[in-house]
Amino acid sequence: MQRVLIIGATSAIAEATAREFARRGDRLFLVGRRADALEAIASDLRLRGAPQVEIRAQDANDRSAHETMIDAAEAAIGEIDSALIAYGTLSDQAACERSVDQMLAEFDTNALSQMALMTRLANRFEARRRGTIAVISSVAGDRGRRSNYVYGSAKAAVSAFTSGLRQRLYRSGVTVVTIKPGFVDTPMTAGFKKGGPLWASPADVGGAIARAMISGRPVAYTPWFWWAIMQIIRNIPETLFRRLSL
Amino acid sequence: MPTVPGSSWGRWPRHAHAQCVPVSDRFRAPDFADGAPCLPWGNGRSYGDSCQNADGRLLLTQGLDRFIAFDLDTGVLECEAGVQLADIIDLVLPKGWFVPVTPGTRFVTVGGAIANDVHGKNHHRAGSFGHHVTGFELLRSDGSTRWCTADGQHAAWFAATIGGLGLTGLIRRARLQLRRVPGAWLTGQSHRFGNLAEFFALSRESDRDYEYTVSWLDCTARGDALGRGVFMRGNHAPIEGRVPRERALRVPVTPPVSLINRLSLQAFNRLYYARPSARCDAATWHYRPFFYPLDSVLEWNRIYGPRGFFQYQCVVPPEPAQDALTGMIDAIARSGSGSFLAVLKMFGERPSAGLLSFPRPGATLALDFPNQGEDTLRLLERLDEITRAAGGAVYPAKDARMSAASFQQYFPRWREFGAFVDPRFSSSFWRRVTEPVSCKES
Ligand SMILES: Cc1cc2nc3c(=O)[nH]c(=O)nc-3n(C[C@H](O)[C@H](O)[C@H](O)COP(=O)(O)OP(=O)(O)OC[C@H]3O[C@@H](n4cnc5c(N)ncnc54)[C@H](O)[C@@H]3O)c2cc1C
Ligand SMILES: NC(=O)c1ccc[n+]([C@@H]2O[C@H](COP(=O)([O-])OP(=O)(O)OC[C@H]3O[C@@H](n4cnc5c(N)ncnc54)[C@H](OP(=O)(O)O)[C@@H]3O)[C@@H](O)[C@H]2O)c1
Repeated sequence: MQRVLIIGATSAIAEATAREFARRGDRLFLVGRRADALEAIASDLRLRGAPQVEIRAQDANDRSAHETMIDAAEAAIGEIDSALIAYGTLSDQAACERSVDQMLAEFDTNALSQMALMTRLANRFEARRRGTIAVISSVAGDRGRRSNYVYGSAKAAVSAFTSGLRQRLYRSGVTVVTIKPGFVDTPMTAGFKKGGPLWASPADVGGAIARAMISGRPVAYTPWFWWAIMQIIRNIPETLFRRLSL
Repeated sequence: MPTVPGSSWGRWPRHAHAQCVPVSDRFRAPDFADGAPCLPWGNGRSYGDSCQNADGRLLLTQGLDRFIAFDLDTGVLECEAGVQLADIIDLVLPKGWFVPVTPGTRFVTVGGAIANDVHGKNHHRAGSFGHHVTGFELLRSDGSTRWCTADGQHAAWFAATIGGLGLTGLIRRARLQLRRVPGAWLTGQSHRFGNLAEFFALSRESDRDYEYTVSWLDCTARGDALGRGVFMRGNHAPIEGRVPRERALRVPVTPPVSLINRLSLQAFNRLYYARPSARCDAATWHYRPFFYPLDSVLEWNRIYGPRGFFQYQCVVPPEPAQDALTGMIDAIARSGSGSFLAVLKMFGERPSAGLLSFPRPGATLALDFPNQGEDTLRLLERLDEITRAAGGAVYPAKDARMSAASFQQYFPRWREFGAFVDPRFSSSFWRRVTEPVSCKES
């Protein structure tokens, strides 16, 4: 039995991941913005086998509340074994080009607040010499592209941050997992045309995330073939890449 | 993702939709006002165009997949409408409960099962799905919500929405009465029958003692063998066995032409009839092969090639049933076509709960045909003639082509139903079958 903290628990991917933990009989603490949705998810997870599910309605961008949130989680379900940071927003690239404020707000959600949370979790786990920190980055962070480089660069910051954090915490036995999903059929991608082999379901991705967190895999592309796709995309020379409209 | 949102199981027709709107939050209403007419889409296990809405919007409900409450003692389950029967079984079977009625695939949603008032092999005992729905929440495009029950304040909405083809609004959650079972296994028998008269006799004899009965019919057999098949009957039983492997196969690609043709049909049907296990006095089945033989081959609908296929399921009243079925088998053989799987069953007497429910007393026959264009359509129209003459009906969940005149004869309460259709909801099926019918035709 594990004690799992999920921040951004109303995300479709996070919910699918939580079901895996519920099936295993883990205790869960869910943080998200919408109390009614969190309560509905919690009832579902209890029926699916989680012995305890507690919720807390909170905006993850409220960085001043992070410490009390983690305290509340540990008071409710006990010392956290594993934490998943799953929230995010698919930035409106055009709007972020027009508005600096909007661009910075996207960075707050997709990078800064997550780095703040990771730092707090890391310091606790390092002192205890155990624990797992997982965060959902994205294949979009592997290279900036004109169609979504604000989102992509925030994800790149998270990926680089976790890579360094992983080295720092390695010696103290704390695991850091960077998850890089490809296209997933969730509300975030509601505006996309879906179907075809590149699209994965939240259930498949959630299963892969739970497995990566349990086994402590450093970087998990999900589905796996995105690793190969991103190898190619990363290796296109910049002189050529700048001409492409990806 | 095996099922492309917006498709139907027959892979024909293939309509383009203006928009697919995922609905995953039962506390927030989608924006109905802004745009084309809406139709809920469950998991696309309907065959024709009743789950399609050409140029309109589909409300994808697969994300409404949360359990809400389950009472272990009474077997009452409340869940969101996009929960699939497969998920329910996984949750409740280990606790000694099972779905009260199930179609031949477990990958259907609760919303879809209500909207087609689906039936199973236990219709003669348990009626259809709607009989076990103790309530549901219906959201209309004007933003109003109603908790509908069979005999409560919104009973009229209940009757319209059971079998209501997704047209009365969006079902967001529902409460079901499950049934107790001793475990995952069933016991029973399997018998060959040589003709339809033997089938009816076996049915009469079995319906009393067996909760589940169903037959496979060899519709390629002619002459003396016409109407032969295999009759299966079973009951839940407290036994244990080796659990079969799940999800063995997937049809990986769509072949360029249908793999189902006259040769493969005859060969399959002969083998199926002749195989030794067609006769077995003490059969045991795990529930999956018993209820869901096709679910172990994922995306089997691809074998019909890019043109897809038609299902045809009708019900004909008991008295003319034998003649009508003989006429149909004859018409199929004469057309040179044939059905891979022909399924035959007697429905029970219990009146269905919905205004447009399909199940009614009589014999129901389900067939599938590769889409060979005009020839196939002609054959299906010929079958419709027989069904109409017998006073029967055709199942909308499996239809892509019945005429408006046929529909309006099969479902005489359709005008009364029309008053409950949400003004911002529609479907390709509904537009097709409610076209004005000229006097000559009707
Ligand atoms: C292999 C196979 C075997 C089958 N065997 C049987 C059988 O034995 N008996 C039988 O009765 N049927 C059978 N069917 C048909 C199937 O059970 C029905 O078509 C069922 O309704 C499909 O459910 P779905 O969730 O896929 O819904 P869809 O096919 O996506 O939609 C079906 C209808 O439900 C409506 N709907 C879906 N969700 C909602 C909602 N939340 N609120 C309001 N309306 C909604 C849609 O608008 C549409 O009108 C079979 C199908 C297959 C593929
Ligand atoms: N879908 C994809 O294709 C894809 C691909 C790669 C990576 N990802 C990443 O996967 C993660 C999960 O996304 P998803 O696909 O599951 O989409 P989703 O269902 O839309 O989930 C995003 C979640 O983030 C929450 N959120 C946003 N800002 C928040 C804040 N300030 N505080 C708290 N919660 C906040 C949202 O909460 P509300 O419910 O309150 O709005 C929402 O539940 C994201 O990090 C995303 O970038 C997704």
